[in-house]
Amino acid sequence: MSQHQRTVRVGLIAVLALLVTAACGGTTRGSGDSPTSNRATGSANPDAALVEGLDVAFLPKQVNNPYFTVADGGGKAATEEFKGSYKEVGPSEASASSQVSYINTLSQQQTDVIVTSANDPNAICGALTSARQAGAKVVTFDSDTKPECRDVFVNQATAEGIAKNQVELISAQIGGAGKIAILSATPNATNQNAWIELMREELRKPEHAGIEIVTVAYGNDDDQKSFQETQGLLRSYPDLKGIVSPTTVGVAAAARYLSTSEYKGKVALTGLGTPNQMREFVKDGTVEAFALWNPADLGYLAAYAGAALASGRITGAAGEEFEAGKLGEYTIGADGVVVLGPPTVFDQGNIDQFDF
Amino acid sequence: MTRDALRAVSTRWDTVLLVVLAAVVVTAGLLVDGFASGRNLQFLLLDVVAIALIALPLTLIVITGEIDLSVASTLGLCSAVMGQLWVAGLSLELVVVLVVGLGAVLGAVNAVFVTRFALPSLAVTIGTLAAYRGLAFVVLGDQAVADFPFSWTTAASSTVADGSVPWAAVVTLVPAVVFGVVLHATPFGRSLYAMGNNAEAAAFSGIRVARAKFWLFVASGAVSGLAGVYWTLRFASARADNAAGLELAVVAAVLLGGVSIFGGRGTLLGVLAGVLLLGAVRNALQLADVAADTLDVVTGGLLIASVVVPNAVGLARTRWRRRRTA
Repeated sequence: MSQHQRTVRVGLIAVLALLVTAACGGTTRGSGDSPTSNRATGSANPDAALVEGLDVAFLPKQVNNPYFTVADGGGKAATEEFKGSYKEVGPSEASASSQVSYINTLSQQQTDVIVTSANDPNAICGALTSARQAGAKVVTFDSDTKPECRDVFVNQATAEGIAKNQVELISAQIGGAGKIAILSATPNATNQNAWIELMREELRKPEHAGIEIVTVAYGNDDDQKSFQETQGLLRSYPDLKGIVSPTTVGVAAAARYLSTSEYKGKVALTGLGTPNQMREFVKDGTVEAFALWNPADLGYLAAYAGAALASGRITGAAGEEFEAGKLGEYTIGADGVVVLGPPTVFDQGNIDQFDF
Repeated sequence: MTRDALRAVSTRWDTVLLVVLAAVVVTAGLLVDGFASGRNLQFLLLDVVAIALIALPLTLIVITGEIDLSVASTLGLCSAVMGQLWVAGLSLELVVVLVVGLGAVLGAVNAVFVTRFALPSLAVTIGTLAAYRGLAFVVLGDQAVADFPFSWTTAASSTVADGSVPWAAVVTLVPAVVFGVVLHATPFGRSLYAMGNNAEAAAFSGIRVARAKFWLFVASGAVSGLAGVYWTLRFASARADNAAGLELAVVAAVLLGGVSIFGGRGTLLGVLAGVLLLGAVRNALQLADVAADTLDVVTGGLLIASVVVPNAVGLARTRWRRRRTA
């Protein structure tokens, strides 16, 4: 046996021995430990005035993303109202770990309030925890981290709120009675299915007794597929009065089909869409009104929640109340969640005030 | 020290880098609020550990005149597999061993293409850069596995004696010393420079070029796998897109560290200084609220400068010498 073969053999045996040791015993799933929760501590003083001069930093999923530019703009407006200093920082790509070094930087800068939207709920948890230990108050918006890693989460809308809003919109547009179809994303999209289920529930109420959902079509959040599905719906159900598409891709594709078809103005269309995608269809009369939460209000509310936390007015515990400027009073729900409220409805009258 | 010896030291790139690094640290300490603190040192070191780890074998590879661009994708695939194995119920100790082994296998695949089929490593590893990242998404999709034990994930960012030096940085010194000794103090290390300068001449003088390169790629894969374990625990998240694009940061650090992209030149000390310099510049600019896009421009500028300056200095020197002898 040559010197070389011997070395290889000894190496192999060493690796095998290591594998065997590692395989017996050791840390397995389920035997692991978990972090101790550090939910709201201390007591809130509901009468405390908002502190002036707070350093508020917005850390979006990604900078130069139109949605977050608008949301952060709302945060800036709020920060100016309570006389804090505002800044926006963040990574140029929305990757899971890229936000961590920004959180560390903010914590190093002794920032009072960090408002962030998580690219990955777990990846930023450790950094947020250490920022909070260094004295920062942490508010998440749009996308939450784990509840124990932040003080308050500002949620854009509840599933119930969205379902109720969509039913009200379509009901008003078809005159309270008739057959409607739903154009969804994919058959297994959790959000979509929850909303559709709640919409069915909403329709069981006596005031919507005349409205019937004939089918749910799936456009897979693909523009071309959604376009074809819309075409198919109108052909299969000649007496269709309206379509609800609670997805931005679907509603825009459906509007594009309707706007050039004979059904324009006869079949109502509503859903969740962005003003920039829907503007031309609202103006040419294809779509009367649609909805989405207003990202600027979301950022605005998040900034006020942060200021209320940093001023000691709230701690993030359920039941606490705080004032959010022009949006009014908000109450913190379970797990430190604040809900922005019903979606904003966009129509001829207001669509030009929004750019996102 | 004589004037000539002084000049020799001052014109070595790694010495220049260490001086620049010191200058950056002092300047940032004076000008940037929050830079000169223990906590910031901890953040800075944590940010560069993965880059430093992967840069070690890559330094040796680039010195032989090859390159491995698949390192970050290897890291991502190893992270994804680590997540799946953990979900499957294997013990974490075993998972770590298997994942590092997987990294070595992925490196061996590169090695086979480069050494057996004599394909250019640039082309091969651009291919596996895409392929390994794709496989990572096949393995884990866009899901994340995040329920690793808390004691392990906190260990990944814990510090020595609860001070400001992370354990991960200390542990990284071990492979750094090993790779440093291999490169600078063994016949094998010498032979790598020979290959980089002239592979044919090296082969004729009895150096087993293919075998050396084979093991370097295996080492690169294994270390990338280890970096994958570290990355997964540090961010408590096994994901297919982990460390996407990190290969650029690693290659930038290696080149800034004075390793010639054409092979045959460079030191490990220089590369470590390069890693720290890039990390310090990014950290200081971030603390000074410089926007992310500007930051990327600065990093790119530094990289170009690191390639241009030594070449320009060398060119100027030969011209000056020629004029004197003429």
